[in-house]
Amino acid sequence: MVKGVSINSENVVRGALLLFAMTAVLILSLIFVFLLREGLPLFAKVSPIDFIFGTRWEPSKGVFGAFNFIAGSILVTAGGLIIAIPLGLSCAIFLSEVAPRWARNMVRPAIELLAGIPSIVYAAIAVAVLIPFVQYDLGNLIRGEVFRVGEGIFAVSLTLAIMVLPIIISVSLDSMESVPRAFKEGSFALGSTQWQTIRRITLPTALPGIVAGSILGMGRLVGETIVVILVYGNAKHITSTLFGAKSTGETLTAAILLEMSYVPVGSTWHSALFSLGIILLITVFILSLISNYLLSKSRVKL
Amino acid sequence: MKTDRKLVWSGIIFLMMGIAMLSGCTGSGEKRSLTVAGSTTVQPIAASAAEEFMKKNPDVIISVQGGGSGTGIKMVAEGSADIGDSSRELKDTEKTEHPDLKPYAIAADGIAVVVHPSNSLGDLTKQQVRDIFAGKIKNFKEVGGPDREIMVIIREEGSGTRSTFEELVMKKGKVANAADALQKPSNGAVKAAVAGNENAIGYIGLGYVDETVKALKIDGVAPSIATIKSGDYPISRKLYMITKGEATGLKKEFIDFVLSDEGQQIVEKAGFIRVT
Repeated sequence: MVKGVSINSENVVRGALLLFAMTAVLILSLIFVFLLREGLPLFAKVSPIDFIFGTRWEPSKGVFGAFNFIAGSILVTAGGLIIAIPLGLSCAIFLSEVAPRWARNMVRPAIELLAGIPSIVYAAIAVAVLIPFVQYDLGNLIRGEVFRVGEGIFAVSLTLAIMVLPIIISVSLDSMESVPRAFKEGSFALGSTQWQTIRRITLPTALPGIVAGSILGMGRLVGETIVVILVYGNAKHITSTLFGAKSTGETLTAAILLEMSYVPVGSTWHSALFSLGIILLITVFILSLISNYLLSKSRVKL
Repeated sequence: MKTDRKLVWSGIIFLMMGIAMLSGCTGSGEKRSLTVAGSTTVQPIAASAAEEFMKKNPDVIISVQGGGSGTGIKMVAEGSADIGDSSRELKDTEKTEHPDLKPYAIAADGIAVVVHPSNSLGDLTKQQVRDIFAGKIKNFKEVGGPDREIMVIIREEGSGTRSTFEELVMKKGKVANAADALQKPSNGAVKAAVAGNENAIGYIGLGYVDETVKALKIDGVAPSIATIKSGDYPISRKLYMITKGEATGLKKEFIDFVLSDEGQQIVEKAGFIRVT
């Protein structure tokens, strides 16, 4: 290559890279526009209030109430986080403050590996092991006879919690490890015990990062599909118990995936499914904004 | 690093766009044409059969449309379609209005009601099945089975098996689920769920029944290819292609192809039972 051309070619490459970078933004906005275009026609036929708060979803009769799905998504996400946050946080505290070096070196790669396992694998294990365990063993233990069904909020929360644990652990761990040594040493110098240091110094300093990690996990849970389809039962009612037939439910993602292959393009049903997608996208968007904000806040502090 | 990854992804996306643009359609010359319309249940059979038929007869172009059985019958009676697909027999009103319509049975379809193999229940009436799936009967002991609460498992909204079941068992308009019913996304998933749950009852296409589940007799008749073909098994139906008058010319050629061994293999591949 001739030397004189290299400056020009650098500009060309720079321009091309910019173009490629912009395509990501372009694709995102196209997705949003497409969702709106496909989803919004629904509201000519169904009022937004009926759509969000209605509890009957009967496409064949033109009734579209998505509240069951919204409640289902909220419940499984909450269920997963209620189990995963205490577990993940304790694990992160142990790894960053208590564990000897060899234990940390062993556990960390394992956690990273766990994060890479596709969710269908978790779902398959839950179907093969967890669902029968909940129905028969837990049923006999808790109720004295088997539950009608093993699928439901308990099994799905447990599966989702295990799935999201690596995210919560690694983000929390990162933010706890980046708490300056001087903070902790100062605390020890004042005579605090290790537990006091963790509780009063490390945790509060790392809190924004921990919250951001949890929200990141929340985003993953809201969008999770295959686990909830296989383990939550897809029953068209709102979950009202921890076990048994009333503990089942259906999420937004499950409704979209189950019904999408049947809908005639352009029908009200079609745009109703896209409207479920809009609800999902907005939720995940807001969650990731909050998470980004908290993460940037935690960096400023250091 | 980050830019590198973006670059690679953008490259991939552009490549895919390029491929999508290149794969266009090509026009066609003078051809004999046939319009097939109607039942969405028959549509996949008609579409695959049309594809094969057109491969063998390059001068023929067949367009296959959905619309539902009623629409198909109406279209063939009015002459806007050459062949009407129907997943039900002609109604009496349709027969009197259009006495020249001629239905050809091209496939049979049957749904088995299945329970866990450990369930001692062997026989239900159609009415009992209806009450179970409507949530009126809540324990197997009410219908002569063991003392187990019933967990109903159904298919998702839009499924052909579900709409057939609702049509044949629940009577039109009645939804086949108590609110507690589990929905599973495929025949296989329903079978797996019933195989693993001793409280469960579900319905699957006959082709999916194996020893992991127990298929119940309905009104005393066990589901089998023979009882479905003969129409004795109550949760069964035939699928039809309908012509106005005796099928002639291209219409006859196409229906003969569907009824041939090759056509009936397409029927089986689509999950239905062959009639010849």
